Amino acid sequence: MSKRDNSEIQDASQEASWIDVNHLHKIYNTRGGGQTHALADINFSVKKGEFISIVGPSGCGKTTLLNILAGLITRSEGSAKVSGREVTKPLPEIGMVFQAPTLLPWRTILENVMIPVEVQKLDKKVYLGKAKELLKLAGLEGFEDKYPSELSGGMQQRAGICRALVHSPSVLLMDEPFGALDAMTREYMNLELLRIWKESNQTIALVTHSISEAVFLSDRVIVMSPRPGRIAEIIDINLPRPRSLEMMASDAAGVYVQKIRHYFNAANVIE
Amino acid sequence: MKRLRNKPEYLLVPAVFVFFTLLWENLVNVLELSESILPTPSRIFEALVKQFDNPIFWANLWVTTQEALMGFAAATLFAIIAGTFISQIKIVEKTTLPYLVGFQAIPKVALAPIFIIWFGFGMTSKVVMAAVIAFFPILINIIEGLKSAESDQIRMLRVFGASRTQIFFKVQVPAALPFFFAGLDVGILLAILGAVVGEFLGSQEGLGNMVLVFQYNFETPGMFAILLVLSLMGIIAHIIVKALQRKFAFWGDNTNVVGN
Repeated sequence: MSKRDNSEIQDASQEASWIDVNHLHKIYNTRGGGQTHALADINFSVKKGEFISIVGPSGCGKTTLLNILAGLITRSEGSAKVSGREVTKPLPEIGMVFQAPTLLPWRTILENVMIPVEVQKLDKKVYLGKAKELLKLAGLEGFEDKYPSELSGGMQQRAGICRALVHSPSVLLMDEPFGALDAMTREYMNLELLRIWKESNQTIALVTHSISEAVFLSDRVIVMSPRPGRIAEIIDINLPRPRSLEMMASDAAGVYVQKIRHYFNAANVIE
Repeated sequence: MKRLRNKPEYLLVPAVFVFFTLLWENLVNVLELSESILPTPSRIFEALVKQFDNPIFWANLWVTTQEALMGFAAATLFAIIAGTFISQIKIVEKTTLPYLVGFQAIPKVALAPIFIIWFGFGMTSKVVMAAVIAFFPILINIIEGLKSAESDQIRMLRVFGASRTQIFFKVQVPAALPFFFAGLDVGILLAILGAVVGEFLGSQEGLGNMVLVFQYNFETPGMFAILLVLSLMGIIAHIIVKALQRKFAFWGDNTNVVGN
């Protein structure tokens, strides 16, 4: 399929799958000569503009799954496609936010945000405006020329989100991006993320440890179970948008959280 | 504000200096030590001031400075080249590592007589001595520095599609800079040491040679005066390296560096 056909399909329907995972397996060879089945028969797809979360107890392979989508590790079997392309190496269509902000301390915030543009040799003049716009959107206006050490952890992580979005990727992958933040900052960052998501119209796949965070943010939550990592259930979150923190106290939200927690309990993992 | 907070040592450092200088001065006077054994600070200062009017002193200072700087530059250049290969190519590292360890085990000062046979009594043998002695700490810091880039940072660049060359220049080289400057800081002092040791073992000029001449004439205050000049050279070199580090590796203040 040529690139042109591909883009026509994407334009034709909002329902086109932007992430498409079919019968995906990942088997690691262990040091002792044995094998670990990290992911077993993973199937799911994500529509354009959809926000999905992947939750599950430790060792369920959720980070492995994200790393396969990011092109960082190879799959053993099956297929993983992002906007119609089979992922075999890191694709420019992907932006990623990491557990730590991972900003380079010798670069200013703006220079950090421009890393994907530089690395992919895109036109800097064109994307400089985009970068500044994103920083403004993330509430970092005026911090463009500061160094990472001059920013708080939450601000650094927001800069990391800007960096993931600067080259206009079609899919944003987030690997426990708020795990290192305190509870207050985390709630604030969740709201910020929803705002940025709404304005940028991204497709987002978020890996998180927090069940309530997954329910609060997502259209759908993929619940995984460990050994081997497989999908236990995909739960539609039918809470109205825009979402507010108060909504998390509602019965409807509580039911979703309980339902997901049930899988964690079944796996004998206390989160 | 910063000045105020740092004030204790601004006062204490000169105070300690004054205290020990006075103690030394009085102790020598009270014990009536011979000047050729231990001169008083005031006599050393006199001898130093006397040298300032001596054109031969300035010529010798210039010779030693050149030897140290040229040796230092050569050591830095070779360390950058070798460090890059060793850190980037696994097989080169594995092959050269035993030799590097062996080389480091040689007391390099003991090489000076050989360099004098090979390169003569002129400046060349001192430049080589300075380079050989300064090379290793710079090299080790470059290797450690180039390996010090966080795997998260490298992973981040890979996700955005960076090539190996891009990862090297955008992450590994900048990450190495704080280590590099720490290596230079140690290296420049060793280069001065190397130049002086070379001069001790055979030379017609240089500050090391002046020390030998003073020793021959039992002019101990002069020896101490040259020692003071050499310390001053080291301090100035250290300040320059630190200033460069603050400018070009400002983020690495707390990095664990090797040999510092």
